[in-house]
Amino acid sequence: MTAATIQRNRPSGFRISKRVLPYLLSLPALLVCIGILIPFLTSVVYSFQRYRLSQPWARQFNWGDNYISFFTDPKFWNTLEISLLYAGITVVLELLLGLGIAMLLQKRSTLNNFISIMLLMPLMTAPALAALMWKLMTNPGFGVLSYLASLIGLQDFRWASSPSTALLTVVLVDIWVYTPFIMILLLAGLRSLPTQPFEAAALDGVPRSFVFFRITLPMLTPYILTATLFRLLDSIQQFDIIYAMTQGGPGDTLTVFQVEAYLNFFQSTNVGRSAALMIILWAITYFLSNIFIKNWLRLRERARGHA
Amino acid sequence: MHEKEKDLIDAFLRGQVDRRGLIKGLGAMGLAASTAGTLLNFGQTRALAADFDWQAHKGKTIKLLLNKHPYADAMIANLDNFKQLTGMNVVYDVFPEDVYFDKVTAALSASSPEYDAFMTGAYMTWTYGPAGWITDLNEWIKDPAKTNPKYAWDDFLPGVRKSCAWNGQPGGVLGSDDAKQWCIPWGFEQNNITYNKGMFDKVGVSVPGNMDEMVATAAKLTKDVGGGVYGIGVRGSRSWATIHPGFLSAYANFDQKDLNVSADGKLSAAMSTAESKAFHKQWVQMIQESGPKDWSTYTWYQVGTDLGAGASAMIYDADILGYFMNGGDNKMAGKLAFAAFKANPAAKAPTPNIWIWSLSMSNFSKDKDATWYFMQWASGPEHALFGATKMDFVNPVRQSVWNDQMFRDKLNKSYPGYVEMFDVSAPGASIKFTPQPLFFDLTTEWAATLQKMVAKEVPVDEGLDKLAESINGQLKEAGLG
Repeated sequence: MTAATIQRNRPSGFRISKRVLPYLLSLPALLVCIGILIPFLTSVVYSFQRYRLSQPWARQFNWGDNYISFFTDPKFWNTLEISLLYAGITVVLELLLGLGIAMLLQKRSTLNNFISIMLLMPLMTAPALAALMWKLMTNPGFGVLSYLASLIGLQDFRWASSPSTALLTVVLVDIWVYTPFIMILLLAGLRSLPTQPFEAAALDGVPRSFVFFRITLPMLTPYILTATLFRLLDSIQQFDIIYAMTQGGPGDTLTVFQVEAYLNFFQSTNVGRSAALMIILWAITYFLSNIFIKNWLRLRERARGHA
Repeated sequence: MHEKEKDLIDAFLRGQVDRRGLIKGLGAMGLAASTAGTLLNFGQTRALAADFDWQAHKGKTIKLLLNKHPYADAMIANLDNFKQLTGMNVVYDVFPEDVYFDKVTAALSASSPEYDAFMTGAYMTWTYGPAGWITDLNEWIKDPAKTNPKYAWDDFLPGVRKSCAWNGQPGGVLGSDDAKQWCIPWGFEQNNITYNKGMFDKVGVSVPGNMDEMVATAAKLTKDVGGGVYGIGVRGSRSWATIHPGFLSAYANFDQKDLNVSADGKLSAAMSTAESKAFHKQWVQMIQESGPKDWSTYTWYQVGTDLGAGASAMIYDADILGYFMNGGDNKMAGKLAFAAFKANPAAKAPTPNIWIWSLSMSNFSKDKDATWYFMQWASGPEHALFGATKMDFVNPVRQSVWNDQMFRDKLNKSYPGYVEMFDVSAPGASIKFTPQPLFFDLTTEWAATLQKMVAKEVPVDEGLDKLAESINGQLKEAGLG
């Protein structure tokens, strides 16, 4: 077959110039970006408006009034405090538990593989359903957890219905649902670590605690940071568990950002305040994720020997 | 249909035979009660078609958004009659109550034409109406060309009908002459006492006649019934729904209000009066002493199921909740009794606040005339009677249904005391809230404050003062105070 024949047999029609191709290839990403940016920017605009659906005639720009009213309202600071506290407690506890379980299951065996799959079950449960299950289990009349609590002398334990134990209760549900997420990430990390440093330490008779703190933990840090980032971002935006269990109560005990924003929009139809809350939450998550990503990149560079 | 049966039904529809005589006559012809009911319904459908052009929108389809509720079930069970009568098609989505109002808000705020009509509560129309999401139904009700002459708008219980009409002015009187009819009442709930007669007899207490007695009776029941049974079930979740049933009914009986309306139409909080504080103290004490341990998570569902399961001795909540707990597979079915409740010893009669399941028309409906055809049928006297006698459509909103002897007999047989309770409390039944667009903000905060009081996070006096201050701030911010 000659070169001329080959030329004739090439599919004719639409040809894309090399100058256009890069733009074309990045077009889907651009479209997705626009799809995200439009609602985001709309929310920013709304957050600077007095905008209540039930009072459409009063809609107007009030510029920073929504933000100022939040920053001067003790309830907002309670929301900020409880959101950060909830996120902090759940992430730390889930990290500790997830790491511990991952280390127990690190060795590959049929039993360990089976257990790790079983432990993923809570993660497959919708958080709102998990909350309802826990609501039943903590029912003072017939709940199994209330019964167990009574066996250790906690006769009148109020779980989510008391301001003093509501946070503990929703944290427990969060831990039950999301610890497997951290466990599976860290387990993957542990199993992918190079074996040589551990073999060398074993040959030298290095104590286990030294191995853990000086070898395992530093090598696992990128995985830990990744898991923490994911959980932190999710936790600070928690809604399902808290709303399904307490609707933000008792009192204002659990009025985290998402619950407040939800109530502001769906119940009060106050779009302006709801949007302002969401923008503040976005700013917090952006700030936190920046810190984590910078640290993660620094550690990655260090691991490559560039630091 | 045989001629004899047809003649008998026609005689009934002409008013020559009463309902009892009709059923008896059909029975004599060998027809079972259920078949007789179906025939009657069929006959009524024929009668409806006689004086009004029900076929004006033949071939059209409307779509409804419905809450999962016995009222919706009764309508669906009778829907074929509407289709036959009008030649129209009706499709619907049904959602559970937990997510129902979010769905409504999402659809309406997006100006979606998907749904033509939907179920709602009267309180919701205080948001939907001013937002321009729903239609003033006076335009159709008052138009004889579009409304069946037998619709009998005056047959609706006046307090209930007026509660669905508001002029849109914050603090405006419900049902005023300039009010817009934002919704058509469908079924409603009064808040009264449903109690477990066996438990009351065991402990030797009688039905409380005022708030002091309710506090004492609930405490005695909690102490003496045993088996972990508590004395009184009331709602406690951090929601507006905690305020509107028993709590507001008793509160209103002491002549207390949620908001004051000044001469220039400005609103201000009214719950920090001495009388209000005294009432709140009693209510809080009652829950602390005799309420469920996890009261702050209690919605209507937990209040009802505890009574039905024998975990509580009495509830002060929607009467229809007691009605449903007294039937079905509930452990306490047939063992519950009903009583109207007057919290204030000095009051002349009970003043229950009411919740009204209603029908509203979406302003974004593409065919409002056709939608109105459905709405007038669904809220018409024939369907109301069908729902009340053949299904569990309690409480009906039409006086003619309450006058129907077969309906009263049905209630008296299976729900002794229910009709008496209704008759005593109905004259004072109406919405006791002040209509205004911040309804959900203010009542949710009220519920959160109650939770703090019950949890002893804040003393009652201080809690109410703070609540009033916060509410006044919100009203000012919204230009209402």
